[in-house]
Amino acid sequence: MSSLDIRHLSAGIGDRAILKDFSLSIPKGEVHALMGPNGTGKSTLAKALAGHEDYTITGGEVFLDGEPILGLEADARARLGLFLAFQYPCEIPGVSIANFLRAASQSRLPEGQEIAAVEFYKKLHAKMDLLKMDRKFTARGLNEGFSGGERKRCEILQMMMLEPKYAIMDETDSGLDIDALRIVAQGVNLMRGPNLGMLVITHYQRLLDYIVPDVVHVMWDGRIVKTGGKDLALELEAKGYDWVSKELAPAAK
Amino acid sequence: MNSDSATTTQIELDREKGNFRYETGYAFDAGVGLRPETIDYIAEVKGEESWVREFRHKALKVFESKPLPTHWATKDLEAIDFSKIRYYLSQGQKPSRSWDDVPEAMKATFERLGIPEQERKFLAGVEAQFDSEAAYSRMKEGLEKLGVIFVGPTEGLKNHAEIFRPWFGKVIPTGDNKFSALNSAVFSGGSFIYVPKGVKVKQPLQAYFRINAENFGQFERTLIIADEGAEVTYMEGCTAPKFETATLHSAVVELIALKGAKIQYITVQNWSNNVFNLVTKRGLAHEEAEIRWIDCNIGSRLTMKYPGVILKGRKARGEVLSIALANTGQHQDTGAKMIHAADETTSNIVAKSISVGQGRSTYRGLVQIPKHLKNCKNNTECDALLINANSRTDTYPAITVRGEGNSVQHEASVSKVSAEQIFYMRSRGLSEAAAMSLSVNGFINDLVREFPMEYSVELKRLIELEMEGSVG
Repeated sequence: MSSLDIRHLSAGIGDRAILKDFSLSIPKGEVHALMGPNGTGKSTLAKALAGHEDYTITGGEVFLDGEPILGLEADARARLGLFLAFQYPCEIPGVSIANFLRAASQSRLPEGQEIAAVEFYKKLHAKMDLLKMDRKFTARGLNEGFSGGERKRCEILQMMMLEPKYAIMDETDSGLDIDALRIVAQGVNLMRGPNLGMLVITHYQRLLDYIVPDVVHVMWDGRIVKTGGKDLALELEAKGYDWVSKELAPAAK
Repeated sequence: MNSDSATTTQIELDREKGNFRYETGYAFDAGVGLRPETIDYIAEVKGEESWVREFRHKALKVFESKPLPTHWATKDLEAIDFSKIRYYLSQGQKPSRSWDDVPEAMKATFERLGIPEQERKFLAGVEAQFDSEAAYSRMKEGLEKLGVIFVGPTEGLKNHAEIFRPWFGKVIPTGDNKFSALNSAVFSGGSFIYVPKGVKVKQPLQAYFRINAENFGQFERTLIIADEGAEVTYMEGCTAPKFETATLHSAVVELIALKGAKIQYITVQNWSNNVFNLVTKRGLAHEEAEIRWIDCNIGSRLTMKYPGVILKGRKARGEVLSIALANTGQHQDTGAKMIHAADETTSNIVAKSISVGQGRSTYRGLVQIPKHLKNCKNNTECDALLINANSRTDTYPAITVRGEGNSVQHEASVSKVSAEQIFYMRSRGLSEAAAMSLSVNGFINDLVREFPMEYSVELKRLIELEMEGSVG
């Protein structure tokens, strides 16, 4: 079993149901895009998968390489290989990027084993160079004073350092200008391979010009209403979300 | 060499020659409670000059005449039973216990902090003495070559009276407060240091080297004099928890920095949770001199401590960097005092406190710049971090600025560790406890960096341990 399997997932906040019988399977080696208008549950999916306490799961199961994860805490899911690139990454003042990533890398090692400092820094600098991040940033507080775009880049840096099995990217393109978008996409594309399954959540088609998906899903009112190849994204852009609500959603019921 | 049982009656001569001598013929036991006879006993046992004995007796009267300062300080002070305290203990009377009786939590802390085996036994109260003689005598030789004097109060006042007596009790007079009076009556242990003109001591001087059961005592008296242009750093305390049956610790520290001199005094305090730690610390900075207090309070049931600097000479500089961590059952009541008494003096206070569980931390900051002074500056930053819903913090700034061209800046903040931050860190694989302690370490990071490296590493680990206890 080499996939992230989401089966009939229902979830919400408080009394409000947001995800309704949501099912999706992301095999390793593939990039899936998830598109949909605001309020349809895209971010809820990302946070619920990551294990955010605000969201209540009311039904369904999620399996990571065959292991059920809904009963696990957020950090346990992360250590199993799940990564969430946040839409709005927060600041952690006083905690440097380097120290943070060391602690995160360390948490994946068995008790007693230590991260080898020299290799760690070599890797960190290499990835930062790739993402055109100034090496000075290693000492800066995580996201401290960073613009939105810089924070997104930092998310990708973390992804490259932690090498997850499944990565969920929550609207990574928001707040990025074209140049930053290219750099981020380059980083993500370098990671593509048989050991990584990716879910790219996006509102706009543009990102998908750079990170070309294998499969595109369209979401509406808490569930997937259509699945197709990369051309589906273009069709969606041409026809707009009205097309989804008027044709795709009723058809999917 | 080491006494390792409470039943031993072997009397040992202290290795600090002349510092301590116990006469086997002396039958009186100081016992508990404080009476004039206790003073006589202490002075006798130490072989003190009559002026010192008189100083003590006067102080006892002042102590008895002053009430507890509960009109502004916590009423918890009323829990101190002065009649039940032993004010002087000789070596053989120190309590000790077997390693099996040492609480697991304490053993775990030693393990986590990487404390060497032999030190563990001393800190845990299993052995009365820690043999650091070899390290100490090497350091002592180096210092003697420089002309630096580093002795205990008894030796200082007896053999170097011409240096120490003029300043003794001048920065902190006996009557300053009830507890400075108490200390002035029963002081024992501590460090008296003199650094000659122009001598810059590179290695920090550590109280730890002078550890023995007596010096880690309840009523330490420290006096450091840096002559013109001299520089010295002094480190007191350690991050490891210390077994302590005595409930009252009341130290007095006086620093004198003469023209152009620099003194840096670093304290890490981690007394056990039964201790009342009431300390008076003050420095006197002359022209162009600098005094810096770096203070970290993690232990004790109640700590009251307001390191201060009197900026007596032009262009003098005073600084207090303070970290306090208050867990359930603890109250850290700390702060700083900056008294400007000359033109162009500057002072800086950075105080960060963390309240965990039901811990309570209090900041009291006094800044005084009177109207006849010019071009003085003060900067104060006090930040509090509340970890749990019942954690508590209070801030009482007392700022008086008058005159022309003086400026004061005061910034204060209270914050919580945000749930979003914790989730973010957990989503990277960090456990909740690891996320909390990273957050807390981030909060105090720029202050921890000011500590010498050995301390800063231990401090971070200590905070991790404290945070683990608070989570879940």
